[in-house]
Amino acid sequence: MAKSPPEVIPTSKAKATETEEARVAIEVRNLSVTFRNGNGGLRAIQGISFCIREREFVCVLGPSGSGKSTLLRVLAGLLTPTQGEVYFYGEPLKEPRREIGLVFQKANLMPWRTALQNIVLPLELQNVPKAEARRRAMELIELVGLHGFEDTLPRDLSGGMAQRVAIARALVHDPQVLLLDEPFGGLDALTRERMGDELLRIWQARRKTVVMVTHSIPEAIYLSDRVLVFTPRPGRLRLDLPIYLPRPRTEEIRYSPAFGELARRLRAEIG
Amino acid sequence: MNLIEIPKRLPFQRRLSLAEHTLTAFISLAVMVTVWHGVTQIWRLPPFILPSPALVWERFLRVLGDGSLLRHSAYTLFEVLCGLSLGVLTATLLGYLLAKSHWFERLLSPYIVASQSIPIVAIAPLLVIWFGPGVFSKILICALIVFFPVLVNTVVGLHSVPEELTDLMRSLKADRWQTVRFLEIPAALPVFLGGLRIGATLSVIGAVVGEFVGADRGLGFLINVARGRYDTPLVFVAVFTLIAMALLLYTSVLALEKRLLAWRQPQEEPHSIP
Repeated sequence: MAKSPPEVIPTSKAKATETEEARVAIEVRNLSVTFRNGNGGLRAIQGISFCIREREFVCVLGPSGSGKSTLLRVLAGLLTPTQGEVYFYGEPLKEPRREIGLVFQKANLMPWRTALQNIVLPLELQNVPKAEARRRAMELIELVGLHGFEDTLPRDLSGGMAQRVAIARALVHDPQVLLLDEPFGGLDALTRERMGDELLRIWQARRKTVVMVTHSIPEAIYLSDRVLVFTPRPGRLRLDLPIYLPRPRTEEIRYSPAFGELARRLRAEIG
Repeated sequence: MNLIEIPKRLPFQRRLSLAEHTLTAFISLAVMVTVWHGVTQIWRLPPFILPSPALVWERFLRVLGDGSLLRHSAYTLFEVLCGLSLGVLTATLLGYLLAKSHWFERLLSPYIVASQSIPIVAIAPLLVIWFGPGVFSKILICALIVFFPVLVNTVVGLHSVPEELTDLMRSLKADRWQTVRFLEIPAALPVFLGGLRIGATLSVIGAVVGEFVGADRGLGFLINVARGRYDTPLVFVAVFTLIAMALLLYTSVLALEKRLLAWRQPQEEPHSIP
């Protein structure tokens, strides 16, 4: 990224229009998901619409059971919505796409594969030549800071390291969009903050569009450009809050008055 | 990277060395033979009721010398290996279909379960009538007895594939064959090999049952003939050969497991942290 401070807050008119013209990566229109069960079905999501622009970092926040993970499964193309449409760069999304990378709640690694073999998997499935695949996977090993752990099996990795492998795996085939479902949920608070910084660094280095589900308010504010707040079941969009905190973000920002104000606002909305 | 979390370490277990293993096996064998010898001496049992170990050993050397033991063993082993392969192959393929299709499962599982309530000795004569006293009927009986445990473990193994990994494969647009190769086979393998281990030992029983019903060769035939002649030492020789055969098959599957499932075994040395 260019080291020009004005880019942080668009002041000139040219900058402003450029931001406005950023392409829409994902568009969700009037989305509803109902799961079938004994008594009439369980409404997980009801009538949600929003857009996500290219290279935006968006967090989805809400109490548990508000359909956040369901939304992510729909965006990944793994779940067909009961109603409404999802568009990926203007095209209707009907099935999973290789341009969308997915990181699960648990690291979800294959226990019989080493860290490197796990990261290589998406390339192997696309029949990328072995040497090329290995080179790209090694690059990501470096990026997520796992140098020296290439040949370690998942059982010998800590939770944080396993999740790094999962992020590297989601990035290795260079998808445009990265979907993360509470990726740091199982980690302790300190590791969690550190992983957040890592993710921001990766996001800046690789210029991806990121949608991340979380239930941590500070995490959402610290990481994202925008926070979408969901209501409890059935999940509806309650608030679409832009986060105008300057980037790159550092530890200091957590203690700024603006941060506290945003946290209080979000806390009140979640209820 | 400023701080790397310390990897989980497994409790370090000392393993018995090969020499210690051999010694333990040798001691247990020696104790058994001594007790056996003692029993025949104390109660002065006639050899056709319980022959002494020395008598059995003598009989063993004789049938080994004239080549008849090897001939019968080779015949039985051939039936066992063919039956095991046939049983495992059909059970794996059918198991995959059952695990993947509810319709198929509902259609077939009543028959499969019902077939298991019939003892194999009851159908063995039928198979010999239908397919003759030759090798083929034995292979079929063998395959039948191997079939069920392998089938059940294939289905259970495939059901144990984590749903999230299936989602991962879907999100990466893996095709059917890739999902089988990269996910389903390795994930189902531990349970599947457990079934194979049971099947391998059962296959020896299958072949012997077949030979009992009607055959002119094989270890089961040898037992039948020896029993008719009250040649109890030869019965013992044949039984021990069968045990050796079953053990050989069992340890082969164990060795296969050790090779294929290396990722599940505890590490030999503690992991060093770079």
